[in-house]
Amino acid sequence: MSPEQHRVGDQPWVRRSLIGLAVSLTVILLVIPVVVIFTEALSAGWSTFSDNILDEYSLHAIGLTLLVALLTVPLNLVFGTALAWAVTRFRFPGRKLLITLIDIPFAVSPVVAGLLYLLLYGRNGWLGGWLSSHDVQLMFAWPGIVMVTVFVTCPFVARELIPLMQQQGSEEEEAGVVLGASGWRIFRKITLPNIKWALIYGVVLTNARAVGEFGAVSVVSGNVRGQTNTLPLHVELLYQDYNVAGAFAAASLLAAIAILTLIAKAIVEWRQSRIEHPAPKTGGA
Amino acid sequence: MSVSAQAGAAPVRRFAGRSKRVLPGFGLSLGISLFFVSLVLLLPLTGLVVETSGMTWDQFVFTITDPRVVESYKVTLWTALAASLFNGLFGLLLAWVLVRYEFPGKRLIDAVVDLPFALPTAVAGITLATLFAQNGWYGQVLAKAGIEVAFTPLGIVVAMAFTSIPFVVRTVQPVLEELSPADEEAAVSLGASDSRVFRKVIFPSLWPALVTGIALSFTRSLGEFGAIIFIAGNTPYVSEVTSLMIFVRLQEYDYAAASAIASMVLLVSLVLLFAINLWQGRYLRRLEGR
Repeated sequence: MSPEQHRVGDQPWVRRSLIGLAVSLTVILLVIPVVVIFTEALSAGWSTFSDNILDEYSLHAIGLTLLVALLTVPLNLVFGTALAWAVTRFRFPGRKLLITLIDIPFAVSPVVAGLLYLLLYGRNGWLGGWLSSHDVQLMFAWPGIVMVTVFVTCPFVARELIPLMQQQGSEEEEAGVVLGASGWRIFRKITLPNIKWALIYGVVLTNARAVGEFGAVSVVSGNVRGQTNTLPLHVELLYQDYNVAGAFAAASLLAAIAILTLIAKAIVEWRQSRIEHPAPKTGGA
Repeated sequence: MSVSAQAGAAPVRRFAGRSKRVLPGFGLSLGISLFFVSLVLLLPLTGLVVETSGMTWDQFVFTITDPRVVESYKVTLWTALAASLFNGLFGLLLAWVLVRYEFPGKRLIDAVVDLPFALPTAVAGITLATLFAQNGWYGQVLAKAGIEVAFTPLGIVVAMAFTSIPFVVRTVQPVLEELSPADEEAAVSLGASDSRVFRKVIFPSLWPALVTGIALSFTRSLGEFGAIIFIAGNTPYVSEVTSLMIFVRLQEYDYAAASAIASMVLLVSLVLLFAINLWQGRYLRRLEGR
């Protein structure tokens, strides 16, 4: 397997044209759109940009979006970790089905997701009717937004953890059991250090999607400015009001979060590869 | 992304012949998982069942075969197909270039591939609409060639393609990485042409991952909403996708009609989901030689 051996596509002209084509398409399809978000946001100058961001409704949308993320992420962190532990550390009937079921939110249209919640918890739904007779309103209010966001983002943590935990196996944890450690201690001292980076990336992805969810939220929100408007919905409202600079100003905040997400992913992959191919002394347990 | 991570996972360690559960936390972790799956994923389905069961069969059929809705199925299907096939080619190219070659900026390209998953769809929507508008950077150039993208079904293809770019790249990439150079080098040294080696040696191990990536991309495109509505123009009978039809019926407070259409969409996406998972399981086993 010497590197001098000829492999397919090694001729300089093939190489150059494939790289050229891939890079230019990536720039056209992925890089320039990001550039456009920021140039449009700043097209009317910095002061208009900051006015757009510091506008009363924008600030409210930012606050609501943060609240949604703050409630969604911990819930899905606990669920994702528990699910990954259950399906990678034990064999039980229905295990495969469970793994498939958690992909439902990836397959289902966000609009359908929103509709499902609206039908169940809305005033005419069988559960919603009972709730509203007790003066609990979930739909067209912030709790509904949180609920659909939990639905839409629930696979991310589990999906990051399952392949990794399956690959790592459970020998180290079994050794912990033999040595008499408690379950919680095994998880904290053995499992957590091994899955730390995947867990962080799962959280980052959950957060990115929670902050940016549009379709499902727009079905259950009611879009009331200053009340149930999240940042993505605010982007839509401003855009439809022909306030393009305002829409892109709000969008640039979301794009910044997206870019941070990509950076986080790069860092996590780098750290994870150090765990898997450790320098001497840091490995093993 | 996460879905695709499965495709390239290293051979899974077998827990052969384990009869007793050694590790603690089975009850707790499975309990939390089942509670959550039932409450968050399964319970909401009951609302849809209740709503649609309130309709007669004729009403149901009438609603889902309404000409405007049928037109939206057609538009959604062909645009999703076009977008996922484009991503099949583009994704294969990107994966190939990222695995096989070294060049400056490679890590940046690799990182930016995931952008569509990180960027909120509404942001993608207004950005693409701005770029492809008649006076936009791309729209101007395309207008000279007589191509209109914004406010046409072509805009839907662009939006779908953008939001599902990562799927094929991330399913094909790990398979390409694992490919042993030995067969390929042997074939090349025996004098086979590059294109022949690619067709006969490389592609046969690649295509299951490629199909998975295209299927994931197709599924995602069928359900896409946020990115599309800004660029599609949403003209009835021309550029309305099915997700939007559900939304329109909801805004008319016609919950029954929205549910009927949604149940069709849900059925298709669940069938696709189970088919993809079955397919992935089968070819993963084959790759591991079991």
